[in-house]
Amino acid sequence: MAAKFPTTKHISYDAVSAYGMIKANQLSFCKAAIPTYHFENADVIVSIGADFIGNWLSPVEYAKQYVQNRKLNGKKTMSRHIHFEANLSLTGSNADNRYKLKVSQYGAALVALYNKIAGGSLSAPATTQDAALTAAANELMNARGKAVVVCGSNDVNDQLICNAINNALGSYGSTIDLNKHSNIRQGNDEEMAALVAEMNAGEVGAVIFYNSNPSYTYPDAGAFDAALAKVDLKISFADREDETAAKCDYILPDSHYLESWNDAEPVKGVFSLQQPAIKNLFDTKQAQEVMLSWIDAPVTDYHEYIKANWKANVASGATEQDWFKILQDGVYNYAGEDAVAMAFAGNVNDAAAKIAARNQGGDEVVVYEKTGLGNGNQANNPWLQELPDPISKVCWDNYFAVSPKFAKDKGWKHGDVIEVKAGSATVKAPVCLQPGQADNTLAIAMGYGRTAAGTAANGVGANAYPFLSMMDGAVVSYAVGATVNKTVEEYALASTQTHHTMMGRAIVKETTLDEYKHDPTAGNHIHMLATHKGKMKPSDVNLWATEELPGHEKPNHFWGMSIDLNSCIGCGSCVVACNAENNVPVVGKDEIMRAREMHWIRIDRYYTSDMDKETAHEKGIGKLDMYGLMEEPAENPKVVFQPVMCQHCSHAPCETVCPVVATTHSSEGLNMMAYNRCVGTRYCANNCPYKVRRFNWFKYSDNEQFPFNMNDSLGKMVLNPDVTVRSRGVMEKCSMCVQRIQYGKLEAKKQSRRPMDGEIKTACQQTCPTNAITFGDYNDANSALSKQSKDERMYHLLDEVGARPSVNYLTKVVNAPAEGKPKATHH
Amino acid sequence: MSHVESALRPTLIEGDRTYHDITEDVCRPIESKPNKWWWIAFIVSAAAFLWWIIVVGYTVGTGLGVWGLNKTVGWAWDITNFVWWVGIGHAGTLISAILLLFRQKWRLSINRSAEAMTIFAVICAASFIVSHMGRPWVAYWPLPLANQFGSLWVNFNSPLVWDVFAISTYFSVSLVFWYTGLIPDFAVVRDRAKTKARKFWYTILSFGWVGTAKNWQRFEEVSLVLAGISTPLVLSVHSVVSMDFATSVIPGWHTTIFPPYFVAGAIFSGFAMVETLLIITRKVLNLENSITMCHIDMMNRIILLTGSIVGVAYLTEFFIAWYSGVEYEQYAFINRATGPYWWAYWSMMTCNVISPQLFWSAKLRTNLFATFFLSIIVNIGMWFERFVIIVTSLHRDYVPSSWTMYSPTWVEMGIFIGSLGLFFTCFLLFARFFPVIAMSELKTIIKSSSSQAKKGGHHGSH
Repeated sequence: MAAKFPTTKHISYDAVSAYGMIKANQLSFCKAAIPTYHFENADVIVSIGADFIGNWLSPVEYAKQYVQNRKLNGKKTMSRHIHFEANLSLTGSNADNRYKLKVSQYGAALVALYNKIAGGSLSAPATTQDAALTAAANELMNARGKAVVVCGSNDVNDQLICNAINNALGSYGSTIDLNKHSNIRQGNDEEMAALVAEMNAGEVGAVIFYNSNPSYTYPDAGAFDAALAKVDLKISFADREDETAAKCDYILPDSHYLESWNDAEPVKGVFSLQQPAIKNLFDTKQAQEVMLSWIDAPVTDYHEYIKANWKANVASGATEQDWFKILQDGVYNYAGEDAVAMAFAGNVNDAAAKIAARNQGGDEVVVYEKTGLGNGNQANNPWLQELPDPISKVCWDNYFAVSPKFAKDKGWKHGDVIEVKAGSATVKAPVCLQPGQADNTLAIAMGYGRTAAGTAANGVGANAYPFLSMMDGAVVSYAVGATVNKTVEEYALASTQTHHTMMGRAIVKETTLDEYKHDPTAGNHIHMLATHKGKMKPSDVNLWATEELPGHEKPNHFWGMSIDLNSCIGCGSCVVACNAENNVPVVGKDEIMRAREMHWIRIDRYYTSDMDKETAHEKGIGKLDMYGLMEEPAENPKVVFQPVMCQHCSHAPCETVCPVVATTHSSEGLNMMAYNRCVGTRYCANNCPYKVRRFNWFKYSDNEQFPFNMNDSLGKMVLNPDVTVRSRGVMEKCSMCVQRIQYGKLEAKKQSRRPMDGEIKTACQQTCPTNAITFGDYNDANSALSKQSKDERMYHLLDEVGARPSVNYLTKVVNAPAEGKPKATHH
Repeated sequence: MSHVESALRPTLIEGDRTYHDITEDVCRPIESKPNKWWWIAFIVSAAAFLWWIIVVGYTVGTGLGVWGLNKTVGWAWDITNFVWWVGIGHAGTLISAILLLFRQKWRLSINRSAEAMTIFAVICAASFIVSHMGRPWVAYWPLPLANQFGSLWVNFNSPLVWDVFAISTYFSVSLVFWYTGLIPDFAVVRDRAKTKARKFWYTILSFGWVGTAKNWQRFEEVSLVLAGISTPLVLSVHSVVSMDFATSVIPGWHTTIFPPYFVAGAIFSGFAMVETLLIITRKVLNLENSITMCHIDMMNRIILLTGSIVGVAYLTEFFIAWYSGVEYEQYAFINRATGPYWWAYWSMMTCNVISPQLFWSAKLRTNLFATFFLSIIVNIGMWFERFVIIVTSLHRDYVPSSWTMYSPTWVEMGIFIGSLGLFFTCFLLFARFFPVIAMSELKTIIKSSSSQAKKGGHHGSH
């Protein structure tokens, strides 16, 4: 393009910028890129506000790495994870120790770590967590070469100090790789700001937007829009008339990526190809082909273009046969150059001085990404809108998360609408009480407040991008010195979980690594039942089976599932995967407010409370007061996650109560639903101790009231043809992806063999980035499931009810020696 | 069988009524035009009934989502109302069956309307079974009918199927029992009829009754047999209803005390409803001579007894929750009394346990206003009892992540009001067209227990 139009300039811009990191790496190592991380190599991880398994840079990749050193498959070691942050993030909630830290103190915290680790004497303001930072520094130093410090700030100085710490710890080459850098973010905030200035000065004749929507995501969208209006020719390749495209002269809808050829290099030296999976649904043309035709390229077919380019430049000298091989593999690893040793050359004094000069005053606004909605470009996907936030469990909205203490000081309650002004931004949104949030900070998610994304997204929540601002050449996602006013409005937030503590029950069983080393059954107290034969395990007490009348036999397969609570990070990918696989209806905010979400799998999130049975016993607090206090989460609670789906109980309480045998047990251990037999008494749901059954209160498909995923011809194309769309008035629930089981069995049968372990995967299992879910056959003694169910950490949820679930859990083990006494053991 | 009783025995027919007087008293509402109060009551009730049709129609047409139920609380007002109505029905059966077997003559002036109440209450209860279903158009599936769906049969393990048997048996036996009792009285109306239409209809209704000795002998035998069949139903029906809860695994439901506790509660609420109805009926239809303060007193004593049984049951539940050592069970009861629905629990306790104790006072037992007021209070209390059992147990069961709150929508409230409309419409039509007192039977005690007979006995004129 530059050849034909010499004045063309390609400017990269990220909705969520990592330019501060790129710039810091340029200053530190003369390499303007973001590194790749290897959390699996880290024994000690310290994060200052980096939600690296939630949304920081490449969270799915990091989550997969992270759990490698958290899983306890036979071994008795795991990484230490210490976390400092303002808002309770997914990563923070998985940490062994988590400390509240205002976002304006991230830099000071890094300087404190640096001084301790590198023996520096940079001056920095004190933080509220100096003692914890010192302890963290000691742990990091003890794990030199196997440690990593990450920081979520996009401030150049913060990142530079972070680089200096990692350099001092010897992290480069073990836990961080800047040679094989990541290409996932390349946006240049300075160039973008310059572009806006040029546009505003009338110096830009034409602008083309590809895969970007600055009218929505640019911090000062007003200035951007004003500048854009001064450009003569404005073209957008957006797939819809989004906020930016609406202001353009031409919209040239790009084909969907599933309709297009493309290639990528996510990490240096790792190439990938993308080929179309479906013919164009609409009258669209791929942007690359449009641009090729503009420059009168000899080849405008992008497939041919890519192939030629690869043969010439990527896999040089590749034959047609090689090309097909690469295409089949999907990934091509380029041998690349040898790693270059890079010396740290950053000016820590300068960075520390800038950090020290930073304003720390007043109330602060933190803008974060929600795990589901991210930067908001997928906001019109109703699955994501209805996916509850992993922490707050609120869906269909963003809000200002504030600590209960801060809210109390200010006189706010959950749902009060407040108006927050910071810099030039004014945003109105409801208050959400969030334990673990740093006091005097307000966290709000970006990605909401879209005005031109589509029916599901438009008008949902408030746009938080205006809080972003340029600092030292990079866009940072927080604002200090906010003024907050309470309005008279109140707003109802929809949440799938309204009770936040375990109430002293052994629901999520937890122990510490030290206790686990000492006793693998630690924290996994089995509740014994008093019977006429003496104390018995609940699973040995059987109402039905006698010698003459044995229990239901499962002669062929006995499907089941095991969930490793140490691996589950609570992200909720499984929920979305299940929605997609099983045609689970999206029901919208109103129905969620009535506690009627249809999700077949949910992730329960519990906070610890300051009150537990031991404390009540020690302090002589009565049961009434104890239970009252237990309902209150602690100020900075520990967080546990537990995926719960139908437990496919062998003695299922739901099955016995159905008057019409609509829910029955298969000879393969599955609890089944015959939708067209269900009359809808809902007794099964009432009698389910796990509360996993979902009722079709309305007809959720083909109903104007629910214009989400089952209501138009396009939405219906997304439906899984192997799964029934349920009608009104019937019960539904997790089937353990029975359609996949059936498919797997048939495939095996065609080859005259039994299904192999791991061959059949449920949707939740397949999607889980941390492999927390294991599906398999208990009848196969060698299956991963059978092995896992013999682990000392294995337990059944609510075992004492005697339902004999086919789903089991492995206790959560926390590597927190200091204060990690499990609070929810059974006594 | 008639003989003059001791004067110390209470008088069951006041005002020196003769055989003819009783016939006149009972037939008057049928043979004369209804008064203004009947019309007002009827119009209000019929309007509520029409409203019931609208709201039930709206629910069936739109989906159960128009109610306030959710993923955790799958039953609330629907089953509360169902159990409440079934419970109310129990007094009728107890009066007509058990009191017959025990030869309690005081039942004779109240059994007819009490049985009518049973029938209508069971109709209301059944309406909730159907309307609470997700797919009411297949409401017949829980019946063990031959069908074309393959070999599909009902689930005999399910308490809901037991319920279907219990309620349908109860309804059919009660209906036959009631109708059998009505036959001689219909014949009286037929024989007195002065209009052709009345003659025509009551001829059909009276099944050719002629009043021969053989007729009466068969009548007595059938009554006895039906009383024998009905008697176990008094105990079994609500026991089975209680098993809808007791056989579950939900803390607060899973309780062996439920069958006797539910039966006592049913009789408790049933007698309260009988009193509510009869205190008005006796006044409006001028039946004070047949439905006397003695009857009111008797019923109040039963309310006192059953109310106390219910109170003991409530306390027993708490004791067992503590004694069991099961934390879920303990929490369920602590939550009942102190959780977010504490007001429902304490309404129940006040109405059902404390207020009936006032009936230790003979003065209050024989005070019409006090009785009427307390009868309403008891029915409110018994409604709350079912609400407390159903909603407070469900809304916080095992897994705290799924705990929710429940509040009804206008539709659920509307259906409840509508069901009252259905009930009172039926009862008012009954009071207008059917003999509200079993006059033939009542006449059997005129020589023994009426004020006239007692006077004669007292004066010792023979």
